[in-house]
Amino acid sequence: MSEKSKDTAVTIPAQGESAGDPEILLKVTGLQKHFPIKKGLLQRQVGAVHAVDGIDFEVRAGETLGVVGESGCGKSTMGRLITRLLEPTGGTVEFEGKDITHLGMGGMRPLRRDVQMIFQDPYSSLNPRHTIGTIVGAPFKLQGVTPEGGLKKEVQRLLSVVGLNPEHYNRYPHEFSGGQRQRIGIARALALNPKLVVADEPVSALDVSIQAQVVNLLDDLQQELGLTYVIIAHDLSVVRHVSDRIAVMYLGKIVELADRDSLYKAPMHPYTKALMSAVPIPDPRRKDAKSERILLRGDVPSPISPPSGCRFHTRCWKATEICRTTEPPLLELKPGQRVACHHPENFEDQAPQDTVLLSVAREAAELVADEVLAESAETSAAVAAEVADAGGAEAVSASTGTASTGTVSGGSAAADGADAGQESTEK
Amino acid sequence: MLVVIVMVVFGIFFLVPKWAGVDIAASFVGKQADPASVEAVREKLGLSDPIYHQVWEFFKGIFAGRTYSGGGDVTQCAAPCFGYSFRSEQAVWPVLTDRFPVTLGLALGAAVLWLIFGLAAGVLSALKRGTFWDRGAMVVALAGVSLPIYFTGLLSLAIFAFGLHWLDAQYVPLDQSFGGYFGGMILPWITLAFLYAAMYARITRATMLEILGEDYIRTARAKGLKEQVVIGKHAMRSTMTPILTMLGMDLGALIGGAILTESTFNLPGLGRAVLDAIKTQDLPIILGVTLITSLAVLLANLVVDILYAVIDPRVRLA
Amino acid sequence: MSDLTKSGAAVGEPTGASPAPTAFLEVRDLKVHFPTDDGLVKSVDGLSFQLEKGKTLGIVGESGSGKSVTSLGIMGLHTAGQYGKRKAQLSGEIWLDGTELLSADPDHVRKLRGREMSMIFQDPLSALHPYYTIGHQIVEAYRVHHPVDKKTAKRRAVEMLDRVGIPQPDKRVDSYPHEFSGGMRQRAMIAMSLVNNPELLIADEPTTALDVTVQAQILDLIRDLQKEFGSAVIVITHDLGVVAELADDILVMYGGRCIERGPADKVFYEPRHPYTWGLLGSMPRLDREQQERLIPVKGSPPSLINVPSGCAFNPRCPYADIPKDNVTRTVRPELTEVDTRHWAACHMTQEQRERIWTEEIAPKL
Repeated sequence: MSEKSKDTAVTIPAQGESAGDPEILLKVTGLQKHFPIKKGLLQRQVGAVHAVDGIDFEVRAGETLGVVGESGCGKSTMGRLITRLLEPTGGTVEFEGKDITHLGMGGMRPLRRDVQMIFQDPYSSLNPRHTIGTIVGAPFKLQGVTPEGGLKKEVQRLLSVVGLNPEHYNRYPHEFSGGQRQRIGIARALALNPKLVVADEPVSALDVSIQAQVVNLLDDLQQELGLTYVIIAHDLSVVRHVSDRIAVMYLGKIVELADRDSLYKAPMHPYTKALMSAVPIPDPRRKDAKSERILLRGDVPSPISPPSGCRFHTRCWKATEICRTTEPPLLELKPGQRVACHHPENFEDQAPQDTVLLSVAREAAELVADEVLAESAETSAAVAAEVADAGGAEAVSASTGTASTGTVSGGSAAADGADAGQESTEK
Repeated sequence: MLVVIVMVVFGIFFLVPKWAGVDIAASFVGKQADPASVEAVREKLGLSDPIYHQVWEFFKGIFAGRTYSGGGDVTQCAAPCFGYSFRSEQAVWPVLTDRFPVTLGLALGAAVLWLIFGLAAGVLSALKRGTFWDRGAMVVALAGVSLPIYFTGLLSLAIFAFGLHWLDAQYVPLDQSFGGYFGGMILPWITLAFLYAAMYARITRATMLEILGEDYIRTARAKGLKEQVVIGKHAMRSTMTPILTMLGMDLGALIGGAILTESTFNLPGLGRAVLDAIKTQDLPIILGVTLITSLAVLLANLVVDILYAVIDPRVRLA
Repeated sequence: MSDLTKSGAAVGEPTGASPAPTAFLEVRDLKVHFPTDDGLVKSVDGLSFQLEKGKTLGIVGESGSGKSVTSLGIMGLHTAGQYGKRKAQLSGEIWLDGTELLSADPDHVRKLRGREMSMIFQDPLSALHPYYTIGHQIVEAYRVHHPVDKKTAKRRAVEMLDRVGIPQPDKRVDSYPHEFSGGMRQRAMIAMSLVNNPELLIADEPTTALDVTVQAQILDLIRDLQKEFGSAVIVITHDLGVVAELADDILVMYGGRCIERGPADKVFYEPRHPYTWGLLGSMPRLDREQQERLIPVKGSPPSLINVPSGCAFNPRCPYADIPKDNVTRTVRPELTEVDTRHWAACHMTQEQRERIWTEEIAPKL
């Protein structure tokens, strides 16, 4: 079965350049996970939670990919899909070029050595009846590996690697604090020298001073052992600190995937921008500079029936008709920065002919400070002009499909397109 | 749902004797059966018909009545017809309707008592957790749960009826004498309620302790509500949820006959009827009582489900 | 109890049977201890502070530092709802608007709860009763303190829901908590806590259970409402970002005590306690250039049963050996005024701390 799906995977080249790259450790294409909702006596399926709904990305060897998003965006489900703790509904997951999408328990067993997971809650993820020696040593026993120098010695080495006292080998999890337990979880994950470690909210259950210890530990281990991380977290500042590249998820989709610095300096998706501006800044002198903050209206819609088109259009202050009808593809608009938006920030508008705001967007815009709107219009225009000067073709070639057809110069087209936009909303 | 249960019960009662090699007709006739009368009974009761036919006849009997005929001897059984007792040759239905009020009265009366005392003791224990009162109440509750009915029942009979002569341990139907009914029922009620009150007190205490730790109880206090309101309204409403589930199950089961209580106090209820029927292999009675019991449990569960929705708005959606 | 006079005195106020203070809220040498099988848990062990109307105090600390226990202590929620043998032991003084709460009649304190002082909790889903409608719960909160009929109270509930930004408040008033989203529930909780126009609002981790975009909405709402209602606000949080947004004054707690207290600006820009430095260094920040490495605090928070002798922070403090004669491990440091209205409890001299902060810590942040 795996053979068959491997064939099909090869026939779908994703984003061109990265197909057979040995640097790519993990490659995810069109990944989907729908959880059925069953009701009644006969447990008929009445709907599905679209937890992850078609995402593409790859993880390069040695890097850290951060995944951020609010609760319900599907980031944890994604983590469980790529470690194959869950079976995807659709799409493929390739690890080192091997399709692991539908591997069974037996098929996954050898891979469990290479892919490990660190969980959020250091209290419930360790069996309270086992000593930490047993917990950290379990992967060896399960895989039937006898480490050099004996199991006990190896476990003690691992404990000292994560900064625990090796003599605590025979203690039980309840004798440790939260931070120390998280270290135990990390030691367990590292036992078999994995290639990829997926950490789901590794520090969010910990106190601030302990968070920093664990973040630094993850950092050190990556450098010493050449690990590749996928770190899933809701805390944008932690994600920025640990990641090389960052994927922003919203309602089961990746809305932006970019290098850390590009993403934080010039976010292109309005949601990314709102998300970052919402983080409280630990600086009392900036207390009055709140005008930069973008407040989003209401809450994240239900993943059972996600909005049509762009999923963010119900809360976006830039949404136009096209956002409601057409889903924007995730395109690499700038080198190293992919975004799924018709009207990106800090860049040339992808659908400049469509200028009439949806009524929800007009309401949303009331919550966005005028300075922010002005600034974003300015930067978009500036970028558009720049792109036009450089011979707009470059940007156009990067973006395919409906979005950019007819766009030669974004800046001027915006004005011309006003009437056309009106028409399209009336349709 | 009910149909499924009836089919299963029916299937068991018709198939198990056959499988076990018991001849129903022979058991009807009795020990000195001559083959001819056994055969006559078999024909009259339709026992040689295929199973599905017997089931169909039985159901038809319940809703439309049934005619037994065999050897020129025709018996008309009006709806609802549950057949005739093998022993007394009486129709089963009147036996059930005679006995049912006794059992229902026993169960309801005891339920009122055990709810009052069980809940009160449980709530008090929870509020006075760790004190002398709490430990004492829980020891009594443990005794209540572990002492069998026939022990507490006989003890109370010995003391109050035969020793002190306060009560006359005789069942008097309610329509004959109000006082007599209560006099006869008070000991069975207390005995039965003691067992259940003990169980309810333990569950109430545990649930109440859990609820008192909930954040919304702290919120209720933070609003400035009086402690009586916090406990009596906010905490009690949540505590009732598991209690109701138990109550539904227990009442349903008791309506099928509190066999031990009824035999200890010699009450003419369904439990006694079924006990006697088991002793004499009186299948139609057993079948009738079982059907009533299943129906009672189902009804009780339905009522509980409805009450659940009244109590917990989160259930209403689902 | 013997050190009762010792700890409070350092702040410069008289202790014991002192006269009513001038501040709107004044806590003096508050201690909250819980007897357990393992020993006495000293959750709060000698805490003092004042708060004026219209001002916001941020109490910052890690889990187990005693910040939530303090707020429940002010609300009188350690004694109400204490059943059984093991009761919390409270001592010290809590003065609210001229009334001392710890020695007051419990029923009097109950009447103040919800009316003079009210509280917002961390997790609005578990803090609201699942079986009653939002409206019912707000009406109840209003009617405990106001003798009005249900209709009037419900009108008031709708008005409050509208004020906190719940759309269609006249319809949503009849919804149950589970029918609300997380952010809406917290708004409803805020509406409920403000329904009686309290003078003191305590928000215990009001946004910790919420997503970051919703958190921004709620912080915005709390700020607006404070301006409008002019109440005194205590915000309890572990998130320095949240306090920086809301607080005028900051109180940093460690091991059941205040280790630094002062205006927000001072605590962020001129912190004078190594633990505060540790908190600032532990935190990755979005508003600065990417730090190469975080500067964590080593070790773990102290046990509240066996609080380290001397300075509770000494086992984790990188500078514990600077003061002479091992004093950090034997003598508990008192809060001393390092600047106007800025106190810190550290054995190092002012000059030493100033130098370490400006030369070693601040440049790395």
